[in-house]
Amino acid sequence: MNYTRRELMVVAAAREIHDGEKVFVGMRLPLLGFAVAKELHAPNAIGLFENGVIRDWPALDPIFTMSDPPNVARSLYCGALLDVMGLLQSGRVDVGFIGGAEVDRFGNLNTHWVVENGKRIRLPGSGGAADIATLAGRCIIIMNHEKRRFQPRVHFITSPGYGDGGDWHQQKQLRGGGPSRVITSLGIFSFEPFSGEMVLSSFHPGVTVEEIRGQTGWPLRLSEDLHETPAPSAGELAAVRKYDPNAVWTS
Amino acid sequence: MQKVCSLPEAISKHVQDGSAVVMGCGLESLIPFAAGYEMIRQRKKNLTLICPISDMQFDILIGAGCVKKVIAAWVGNVAAGLGHNFRRAMEEGVPNPLEIEEHSNFTIGLGLKAAAMGVSFLPTKTVRGSDFSASKQFRAVRCPFTDDELLAVRAIVPDVAILHVQRADSEGNAHVWGNLGVVVEAARAAKTVIVTCEELVDHDVILSDPNRTLIQGFLVSSVVHLPFGSHPSPTQGYARRDNDFYFDYHEKSRTREGFQRWLQKWVLDVKNHAGYLAELGEDRVRKLKPEGNLFSPPVSFNL
Repeated sequence: MNYTRRELMVVAAAREIHDGEKVFVGMRLPLLGFAVAKELHAPNAIGLFENGVIRDWPALDPIFTMSDPPNVARSLYCGALLDVMGLLQSGRVDVGFIGGAEVDRFGNLNTHWVVENGKRIRLPGSGGAADIATLAGRCIIIMNHEKRRFQPRVHFITSPGYGDGGDWHQQKQLRGGGPSRVITSLGIFSFEPFSGEMVLSSFHPGVTVEEIRGQTGWPLRLSEDLHETPAPSAGELAAVRKYDPNAVWTS
Repeated sequence: MQKVCSLPEAISKHVQDGSAVVMGCGLESLIPFAAGYEMIRQRKKNLTLICPISDMQFDILIGAGCVKKVIAAWVGNVAAGLGHNFRRAMEEGVPNPLEIEEHSNFTIGLGLKAAAMGVSFLPTKTVRGSDFSASKQFRAVRCPFTDDELLAVRAIVPDVAILHVQRADSEGNAHVWGNLGVVVEAARAAKTVIVTCEELVDHDVILSDPNRTLIQGFLVSSVVHLPFGSHPSPTQGYARRDNDFYFDYHEKSRTREGFQRWLQKWVLDVKNHAGYLAELGEDRVRKLKPEGNLFSPPVSFNL
């Protein structure tokens, strides 16, 4: 393989962004995914950041936070957090990216606290994740695939997915559409209509379904069209490396 | 009344033990780190700190024993990861137990906006279905017009907002640009405001560009001229982000002892902001100053 797993994850994130969409970007891998999508198949996508920044082209200089000067300079708009959150709440944002420490089979995410070796570990909290999860048109979860992170039931719901499954999402009258994909370091999941349950739709090149089953904390279900994740094209890899030249995020 | 004063004077006058302080309102930029360090040097206690995400600053104040409660959506170190002092306080009560009022970024903004507008709550559709939405700062309500279920977010009223800005006049009228986070909401929600600024300018400069006067001087009690007062966070046009400072803090603060040594070096031993900049060194400060030619053309207010 002439690419890393993380590069593949960035490419998979980019492929989820359609041209002209308004995207709640986030940081790290999704930020790169947005840049790659803009470069290749979604030149008219718009990126929104919760600090109040809206961009119609990706920042070229590497950034560690969304408020770093290169993400602010030459942006389309700089305003308040509530401006951007208001756009999210009023249904103007098509897709948002979030991650977490734990995810369960209904796509609920936890970034509040976990238990390791019987000890409670405090995590940073929601940030904007719960807002994106409950308000974006659809939501894409991106995270490392490890058994301790893929729990049958998260310890705490920070960012709701489909709750207990079934009609939970409708009952709660959530504004957003809920999670549509989970991009992991091993494969990509989608969600079954009606049950709201995560099903494996593709495994990354070099990964077996058994390996994914072993890293998933509930009985893994497979999509009917289960396939191998298409490897990044030369063009996709070039775009990733243009925006992460020192492989800070993708090594 | 003279509002321009030194940082120690401003903190001593407006931040009391037990005060509720909103700071870090730009999110990862414009964080008034220098003011936070001064609160530590003045041994403030039992503070309530308010902010959506508090990139490293709350972790420092928590470790220094200044904080009783945090009202926040996220506490940690954005580029480096978890906040070690936040963890020690929440998990072990070290150096003291910490209360937390859990929010999302949106709900912190709404709580401050409610206070800024003089109402006791604002309704929203966000975070419904999350476990923290069952906490007492939220209440399920029904829209009187559509019968929709909404979440009411209780107003958040800070005693003081500490805001770092690009330029202000001696009355505290301030021009701010770049991402604004909850800067404007915080300035209007708080009972009083301390402004720290990169440049202290004539009133005439403020009047030249009224759309940029996001903080009005009549809300402000103290103005401190404090170049690089947001270090290590960026101030657009004046200071880059000092990424190494965040990574270094993250490593040093892994242990309580390591944090205490860090605090001694960067806060307690340096005495004041000038001493802190001297500790950073001229070279490092120079490298953090922005370069280039990204000026916007003047706008016309011609009659």
